[in-house]
Amino acid sequence: MTMRVVADLDICQGHQMCQAEAPTVFGFDEAADVVEVLEPHPDESLRPQVEAAVRYCPAFALTIVDPAPDPTPDPMSEEDR
Amino acid sequence: MTTTHERPPHQRPAAIEAIPEVSFAIPDEDGWGHLAELRTDPVALLERVHAECGEIGRFRLADKDVVLVTGAEVNEQFFKAPDTTLDQAAAYPFMTPIFGEGVVFDASPEERQQALKNQALRGDQMRGHARTIENEIIRMVAGWGDEGEVDLLDFFAELTIYNTAACLVGLPFREEIDARFAEAYHGLERGTDALAYVDAYMEGVESFEVRDRSRAVLVELVQGIIDRRRARGTVAREERDLLDVLISLDMSADYITGVFISMLFAGHHTSSGTSAWTLIELMRHPDQMAEVVAELDELYADPGDDTKVEISFQALRSIPRLESVIKETLRLHPPLIILMRLVQEEIELAGRTIPPGTIVASSPRVSNRLAEDFPDPERFDPSRYLDGRQEDLQNRWTWIPFGAGKHRCVGNAFAMMQIKAIFSVLLRDFEFELVQPSETYRDDYSKMVIQLQRPCRARYRRRATGSAR
Repeated sequence: MTMRVVADLDICQGHQMCQAEAPTVFGFDEAADVVEVLEPHPDESLRPQVEAAVRYCPAFALTIVDPAPDPTPDPMSEEDR
Repeated sequence: MTTTHERPPHQRPAAIEAIPEVSFAIPDEDGWGHLAELRTDPVALLERVHAECGEIGRFRLADKDVVLVTGAEVNEQFFKAPDTTLDQAAAYPFMTPIFGEGVVFDASPEERQQALKNQALRGDQMRGHARTIENEIIRMVAGWGDEGEVDLLDFFAELTIYNTAACLVGLPFREEIDARFAEAYHGLERGTDALAYVDAYMEGVESFEVRDRSRAVLVELVQGIIDRRRARGTVAREERDLLDVLISLDMSADYITGVFISMLFAGHHTSSGTSAWTLIELMRHPDQMAEVVAELDELYADPGDDTKVEISFQALRSIPRLESVIKETLRLHPPLIILMRLVQEEIELAGRTIPPGTIVASSPRVSNRLAEDFPDPERFDPSRYLDGRQEDLQNRWTWIPFGAGKHRCVGNAFAMMQIKAIFSVLLRDFEFELVQPSETYRDDYSKMVIQLQRPCRARYRRRATGSAR
């Protein structure tokens, strides 16, 4: 399960900065004047761009929700890292 | 229309009466409640409301009860309340004589969004603004010698007037104003005395007299510019700016001045103060200064192969250390220490029902220093914003130097770009050091618009040529 991108449409002010950072993930709903998440589960390779979009959103309207870590990690997996 | 807010305090609704009221540090001899303390030490007042009353408490300003909320949960309720419920303009009576009657205080979120699409704050306009600001700062320091002293209040107030005038009104208008405009504008900001909660036109108040004289000077300056443009006749489309548009709509100099004042107001004292405090904090923390200078030197290094990065390009992009220093400066020195709204329709906050006529408020100064959200809150620590911590994004309802929600400062991206551009130039060409004991740099809280208290001087020395860039 990859990251999930969430936009709070009550807060979005329509600056469209996210589109410049990650144009395949964020679009713009012209009618409603707010962001449109085109790809709610972007590929991990896009993480830097999506993180930049979240960080530089002038309205703080974007969030990345990462899948919850496995609650009972296998102690053996430590060695694999 | 009911005038519930004009009730005498003893007829306060039970719902308000049930919210704890903060103690008095200055006895209420004039009957105006906590106004005297708000005019002398507002930080102590706001901190005490939180300390004594918790997430919801109240104080009194003349005939108004002010309910102050603090903490992530209730701040979110406050910032997410719809515009029909909470009104901004009516909560700031000190602004009306500054803008002038009939000039809108703040556009609705819908209008703001529309304006964003068409106008000066649009993302794709930023590159041009960055170039404009770079030129303005270069002009401001053109007269500096190899070393000297500068008054931080004067310097940044004048620079940011030119920046905002050039970017928001237009380059032609910028060329028609000078230090007289900046000085008169500063006089307006000094007119924001909280006595306006009693009467914004009270007789014999010096700061109100300065305000009204300053506004008259601005109208006179703008009238002169209008007269010269009328005499000159129409010019090519690409040489016109917003002033030409307003003149063509046959607006009076008084009204046009009000429009400009309101356009420049939100972006001026805020950017000016934040720039000054950023420099002060960098001078106070030489290790941080060295890291930021090294970061900038590296970014703007000239590799000698035509790949040298322009300031106007980089100011719009990531400059992580400098950004963290600006964010930490904003957290500790938010330009607005209290954000207020007048309740229009009953609203629920922290489980309490707040009736119309009450002012509700949240304090960036108090929220930004909550120990549960910002460990060791008094410490200047830019590493709070590095990857993994990101205490601004993690605390979007309590890291609130720009406010939050729908009304979050619409100019914040512009402001960050502006300050990054300013320091890209200043720290390339000069070194700075404090000339006063560190603790003597402080804010003057006697007006609602906070300004640096004088003296606030810094020493500059031109960097040796042949330094990294």
